[in-house]
Amino acid sequence: MIDLSSVLSHFFDTLGSTVRDVLPIVIIIFGFQLAVLRRPVANWDKVVLGFVYVVLGLSLFLMGLELALFPLGESMAAQLTALDFLFESDEAIPAQVPWEEYYWVYLFSAAIGFSTTVAEPSLIAVAIKANQVSGGTIKVNGLRISVALGVSFGIALGSYRIVAGDPLHYYILAGYIVVVVQTYFAPKTIVPLAYDSGGVTTSTVTVPIVTALGLGLASTVPGRNPMLDGFGLIAFASLFPMITVMGYAQLSVWKGRKELD
Amino acid sequence: MTSILAMFKAMLSSLRDLLPIIIVISFFQLVVLQQPLPDWGAILLGLLLVVIGLTFFIFGLEMGLFPIGESMARSFASKGSVVWLLIFAFCLGFGTTIAEPALTAVAAEAAEVAAEGGLISPDEEMLEQYANGLRLTVALSVGIAIMLGVIRILKGWPIHWMIISGYLLVMIMTWFAPPSIVGIAYDSGGVTTSTITVPLVTALGVGLASSIKGRNPMVDGFGLIAFASLTPMIFVMGYGMLVH
Repeated sequence: MIDLSSVLSHFFDTLGSTVRDVLPIVIIIFGFQLAVLRRPVANWDKVVLGFVYVVLGLSLFLMGLELALFPLGESMAAQLTALDFLFESDEAIPAQVPWEEYYWVYLFSAAIGFSTTVAEPSLIAVAIKANQVSGGTIKVNGLRISVALGVSFGIALGSYRIVAGDPLHYYILAGYIVVVVQTYFAPKTIVPLAYDSGGVTTSTVTVPIVTALGLGLASTVPGRNPMLDGFGLIAFASLFPMITVMGYAQLSVWKGRKELD
Repeated sequence: MTSILAMFKAMLSSLRDLLPIIIVISFFQLVVLQQPLPDWGAILLGLLLVVIGLTFFIFGLEMGLFPIGESMARSFASKGSVVWLLIFAFCLGFGTTIAEPALTAVAAEAAEVAAEGGLISPDEEMLEQYANGLRLTVALSVGIAIMLGVIRILKGWPIHWMIISGYLLVMIMTWFAPPSIVGIAYDSGGVTTSTITVPLVTALGVGLASSIKGRNPMVDGFGLIAFASLTPMIFVMGYGMLVH
């Protein structure tokens, strides 16, 4: 059963740490506003209330994730990568596990990458802004889904890389080459937004579960060292959204052209 | 009445945003792992909090974070003091990153990797020193990134040349950096930008690009986050090369 007092103390802990995270930002903003810019902001009271909403919202959001999703998601990542999930107890575990055996892990990586990205608050923020700035040409959900597809593919490929034990930088190099080629062909207005979407995807919701996945894989796959091979999933998750967002823009241009013909 | 209706609508759309996670987790728990969902009460309460929290966050975003970011960008643009704007950009990047909990966690882990690899001695003091150095390096790199990104908006430089040269630098440094730091360096680009920094920095960029003549908010306003995810990779590898 849920114990009210423990829920409350959990809430105040989370609130405290969120306030601590926001404090430097508030100090910088207020400092510059008062000391350098020296001009009043329109609707002060509304802005302050907005900040209160953000802090309160983020605290509730984090606390809810910690109650409902993180423990389950993290233990799931550990269980799916464990060797006794892959083999029946009477089966002999080979010294080298073929990479196809981990198909549930790849599926889980792709599904969890997509679903956590769709819920990522900072991505929602950027999508709302992009929609406003582009005058509605860029759809909020269109952008979010293309980013989520990129993360999904990135994390699945990243999990495969950990299982296969390939060097990280060859994958990243190949990804960069694709990004550079796409930059040349993609519509000019989408390029900065696409570059940004790489950085915003991995935040509050995605990082904890993906980290657990990477560590779980690197510590259970025979021959991998969790210290050295567990990293890299976040890098994959930041690289592939650039490719899918530029791809999405390219597709819409082609579609538009076809309709004109 | 209308505001209650708006709130209700917003909560429904937050619930829709969370639906994919709920489906994925339940499917894997019930069908693949074939285990019951533990502690129903906590899960339901947690989901309710997540939905309310996300709704509040988005309300606050449009009331507080976006307006303040854009209003400050406009004030700096009309004041015309480039130096102060650059100092502000640096402080925003540095100040928000140094306190970022995800970065603290990654830095501590990186110190352990370095100790395991025999790059630093594995005593407590050395580990902490290494982790703090790394945090400072990443925060500095994000400060410089936002500053550089603001200069780009002011000058109207095309972003792709800068980012592509950054990638080139990353690849060259990968060759020379100690292998154990490469994975952490690549990941550090993604963890630096927090949920509150992203909307603020985006509003700042878009606000600047819309208040400067001849700049297009779509082409010039976005891109600050991209710089903030690229420079940490370069700086962390540089740090690794310097320390060893």
